[in-house]
Amino acid sequence: MGRPTERRGDRPTIVADQGGDVAFDGVDFMAFDSLLSEEERLTRDTVRQFVEDEVLPIIADHFQKGKFPAHLLPQMAELGLFGANLKGYGAAGVNNVAYGLMMQELERGDSGIRSFASVQGGLVMYPIHTFGSEAQKRRYLPELVSARLVGCYGLTEADAGSDPGSMRTHAVADGTSYILNGSKMWITNGSIADVAIVWAKLDGIVHGFIVERDTRGFETREIDNKFSLRASVTSELFFDDCRIPKENLLPHTAGLKSALMCLTQARYGIAWGAIGAAMGCYEEARSYAGERIQFGQPIAGFQLTQQKLALMLTEITKAQFMTLQLGRLKDAGKARHFHVSMAKRNNVYWALEIARMARELLGASGIVDEYHAMRHALNLESVKTYEGTHEVHTLILGEHITGIAAYGGRQ
Amino acid sequence: MKIGVLLKQVPDSEARIKVKADGSGIETGDIKYVINPFDEYGVEEALKLKKAKGGEVVIFSFGPKKADEAIRGALAMGADRAVRVDGTGLEGSDNYAVARVLAAAVKAEGMDIVFAGKQAIDDDSAQVPQLVAEFLDWPEVGPVETFEMVDDTTIKVERAIGGGSKEVIQSALPAVVAAEKGLNSPRYASLPGIMKAKRKKIDVKTPDALGIPAAEMGAGAALVKVTKWSPPPVRAAGKVLKGELSETIPQLVKLLHEEAKVI
Repeated sequence: MGRPTERRGDRPTIVADQGGDVAFDGVDFMAFDSLLSEEERLTRDTVRQFVEDEVLPIIADHFQKGKFPAHLLPQMAELGLFGANLKGYGAAGVNNVAYGLMMQELERGDSGIRSFASVQGGLVMYPIHTFGSEAQKRRYLPELVSARLVGCYGLTEADAGSDPGSMRTHAVADGTSYILNGSKMWITNGSIADVAIVWAKLDGIVHGFIVERDTRGFETREIDNKFSLRASVTSELFFDDCRIPKENLLPHTAGLKSALMCLTQARYGIAWGAIGAAMGCYEEARSYAGERIQFGQPIAGFQLTQQKLALMLTEITKAQFMTLQLGRLKDAGKARHFHVSMAKRNNVYWALEIARMARELLGASGIVDEYHAMRHALNLESVKTYEGTHEVHTLILGEHITGIAAYGGRQ
Repeated sequence: MKIGVLLKQVPDSEARIKVKADGSGIETGDIKYVINPFDEYGVEEALKLKKAKGGEVVIFSFGPKKADEAIRGALAMGADRAVRVDGTGLEGSDNYAVARVLAAAVKAEGMDIVFAGKQAIDDDSAQVPQLVAEFLDWPEVGPVETFEMVDDTTIKVERAIGGGSKEVIQSALPAVVAAEKGLNSPRYASLPGIMKAKRKKIDVKTPDALGIPAAEMGAGAALVKVTKWSPPPVRAAGKVLKGELSETIPQLVKLLHEEAKVI
């Protein structure tokens, strides 16, 4: 939307097409917009404007200082961004395409901001919404929608990454309580979370538990030496005879499959988010190439530059249409986990390649934080690994194609 | 209070505008359209006033079906309903005609106050708020930088009058208030707001239904006619003078005098 910023309202300009630089207006090579509903376009535009006004001006500084911009949370909550595709309990209830476009715009800002929204919505609100009791939903969901509570999701452990079934964290029943022991690693939002969804084995079966911040025996430690996702909090969680009431078990979880269902939710958002990061990098590179003069002409005029830009635009366009179809399938209840794997695997792979190409095209300027491409590239290294590594998604597709699971090589 | 807002859908200020080859208008195919930015201040002020005084916020717009997108954006910000005077086939209507139908639509709904942007950023005419007020026989104030209610029938506003001076105006209601930049910070449409807006009503009325014959609208009936559109001239490439300073300085002076004609 054309919100009047200082620049716009002051001297509204309608410029002739002279190839001048304009503000980000998405990437739409093949009339992608014509496939969107009014609601979907409005959702994208309002989040795009929010990112333009509130995220981009501050994000490089927060990334450099390793600081999560928590001050954005009340405004993001007011916009209805948390758990936006869930129904009821104060959630916005938009369809999955609008939700995806929201994630795209957030990640155009920064993967860390999108990660926050993915965790809060897809990994904390979704499991409570899907596997929780009515009392749990009423207690937690409105608080999470409004970000009065921040959530985190504890599945991965130091020694259980791609193979979460090998987790060691376990629960033992004791009267009206469960006693949790173990630890979790690489947990987004861990140190700032008020509530954690923790996966642990109870009698050998994986279950989900809700653990509140002030529970005795629950500690967190921030991982602060990262090269990636620096504007996001990543932590370790420790459970040392942590006693939680029995009503904090998510009653409808059924083994590891429930945990993986949450990941499918989050991966769907990541597939869209990656497109946003790629769009930001492409636009930055395209704009720079038009202005940077070497050998007496804009570098955009060189074949090697055009080859990069053509590849970027092609891959972004392919990702857009595949992911839109995935969203339509999801809204129709027909999206399967392997569909999501294809989109996450493809889009994050290409977003990272595009970020690297954009950085290269920016030359030396690309290594300073005045430009976004290198920050995106650094972030996307994590995004390629988390929520199912690139390799694991390859194997999910391989299993779907051949009917043969190839995860456990020597089993 | 019944609070109206005049709203126009315009090309995004970031859009790259191309003038048609024959100069009859602009190429509209690929342009992204938005709410006129100055109208967004009007919507925001109306929503603030509704919060303070209760009532409803009604959007008034003249335009084709496509304008519903901008209207829906204002409904997503929190306006309650809208009236669109259908402009299909009436392209080229001048400010006089547009103000006439908007005033008729406002009159039919019985508003207590109407906000508008001080001008639309597409044609920059800055006439419609004043004309609407004239057709309604209401006072008009603008461009306003502040707005407050003195009592239930009196408003107080400030407008810049040049040199940093401000004019403070009190006006009786009903009145038309034209918003200047900085009157407020327009809110973002929230996702729940967008969902709610889907169910809000946009009443579509024809000029005829408002008592204004369609024959008195459109390009044919315009009192002010746009005869030609032309793009800004393409800036010519600069000239670089090479050589010894003793030679290039006189050359520069000569060029400034004879070509640029600035000295």
